[in-house]
Amino acid sequence: MAATPTREVARRVFAREFNDASYTFKESDDERAPVYVLLPTGERANRVFLVGTLTETEDVGEDSEYWQGRVVDPNGDTFFMYAGQYQPDAASMLRELEPPAYVAVVGKPRTYETDEGEVNVSVRPESISRVDEATRDRWVVETAERTLDRIQAFEDAEEGAEMDEYVQMANEQYDLPVENYRRSAVGALESLDEVQQEAPQADQ
Amino acid sequence: MTDLHTPATEIHEQFDDQLDVSVDEIEERLETLVNEYKVPLSEARRSVVNTYLDDAGMDRDQLSGGGGNEEVEIADIDAPEEWVDVTGKVVELWDATADAVAQVGLLGDETGTIKFTKWSKSDLPELEEGKVYSLRNVVTDEYQGRFSVKLNRTTTIEELDEDLEVGDDAVEVEGALVDIQSGSGLIKRCPEEDCTRVLQNGRCNEHGEVEGEFDLRIKGVLDDGEEVTEVIFNEEATEELTGISLAQGKEMAMDALDTTVVADEMRQKVLGRYYRVTGPTLGRYVLANEQERLDGPVDAEAMLIKARSI
Repeated sequence: MAATPTREVARRVFAREFNDASYTFKESDDERAPVYVLLPTGERANRVFLVGTLTETEDVGEDSEYWQGRVVDPNGDTFFMYAGQYQPDAASMLRELEPPAYVAVVGKPRTYETDEGEVNVSVRPESISRVDEATRDRWVVETAERTLDRIQAFEDAEEGAEMDEYVQMANEQYDLPVENYRRSAVGALESLDEVQQEAPQADQ
Repeated sequence: MTDLHTPATEIHEQFDDQLDVSVDEIEERLETLVNEYKVPLSEARRSVVNTYLDDAGMDRDQLSGGGGNEEVEIADIDAPEEWVDVTGKVVELWDATADAVAQVGLLGDETGTIKFTKWSKSDLPELEEGKVYSLRNVVTDEYQGRFSVKLNRTTTIEELDEDLEVGDDAVEVEGALVDIQSGSGLIKRCPEEDCTRVLQNGRCNEHGEVEGEFDLRIKGVLDDGEEVTEVIFNEEATEELTGISLAQGKEMAMDALDTTVVADEMRQKVLGRYYRVTGPTLGRYVLANEQERLDGPVDAEAMLIKARSI
């Protein structure tokens, strides 16, 4: 059935879970059907929105420019992104930005298999923009909330509630304890909490 | 288990004068449909009401709401086939497209607006635009997810000597601004009277090649990780959001000999930030009346408690 193409929502996910999301699938046989990565907490993602610290940029292209960016979340886990001639805006941002800087990235998850047979997950950015710390903090809390909601649904299903299609898929495709991702959320929130508690003293 | 006693009591009230049926009997009929045949309650209710209408030799129009309908606010109308009382202002009268329809238009109260239809055969007094009426015994209806009210033979209309402020169905959306769509930034509109179409390569779809008038706008996408909302910011809102005025935008475009620099500059200023936007909806868009950048402190503590508890 030809449904009106609707814009895919941008999922919120910490780097640890994102990098574990190695399984990809399509919902139809159509060549142009969107590709999703399956988040281990049981949700499909065709787009992500992330905010973190850009720590390094490098032109890794051979014939033409191909920029790699590393964006780190509060746990120290890294999102990798690659932008070349088909992502001119994102590529020029990576060329121009001086790390370290807080950046917001909207992009599509991409996977590739290495020669060793490992699957690497990265972001193909649609846009990269420089943001402030307040935006980063809001993203951390929001991403923790979305992650915890997914974990809750995942665990409810294990306890016998009706199983969501993607929770079931995650159970079949992965053998990854969702506890890891709860720890990511806790760790990220703790890093904010510490900074917030230290802040008043810094004023004195 | 669905509560069937309440709907049964309501149906009973509607037929109290005409038929000798008990609440239990009605409840039993509903129960058969809902529990045995798994029919949705609204459908079961309809079916039971129709049965009694036949028994009593009545038209649906003649049904009373059981005397005491609920006086509802327009925004609260969210189910079809309900008998309600509303007080509202006739915001607009539209041209009736069928002979069966005497009057059709938009009724509004503080909470929003809703379409109303008045049937010719109901023989009701004429409603006037801009006047406020108390309408008793109207029936709600739904078509493709949109609700309306129908006036019928039993409806009483009372003109009220008061005015009311009609609400604009404003919605509030929050999220990260994840995209600025084409047609944003410095744009040109058709200067023809009542035509504000955005020009494509100097051409208006309706009036052909025209000398356009500059305007600023942003067609943006707010995304909260669960839902996507398209938002249109007009000139004023765009300036508030980006700090770029129409005059500055024109100057930037002039210096660069290119209008697209304005949208590019705006992207850098707003993409990836969080906003809260309030405004009415138009089709799939929310028209921003008020917008606020969400850059205050966030409550990590509360989320941390939740994170540790699961």
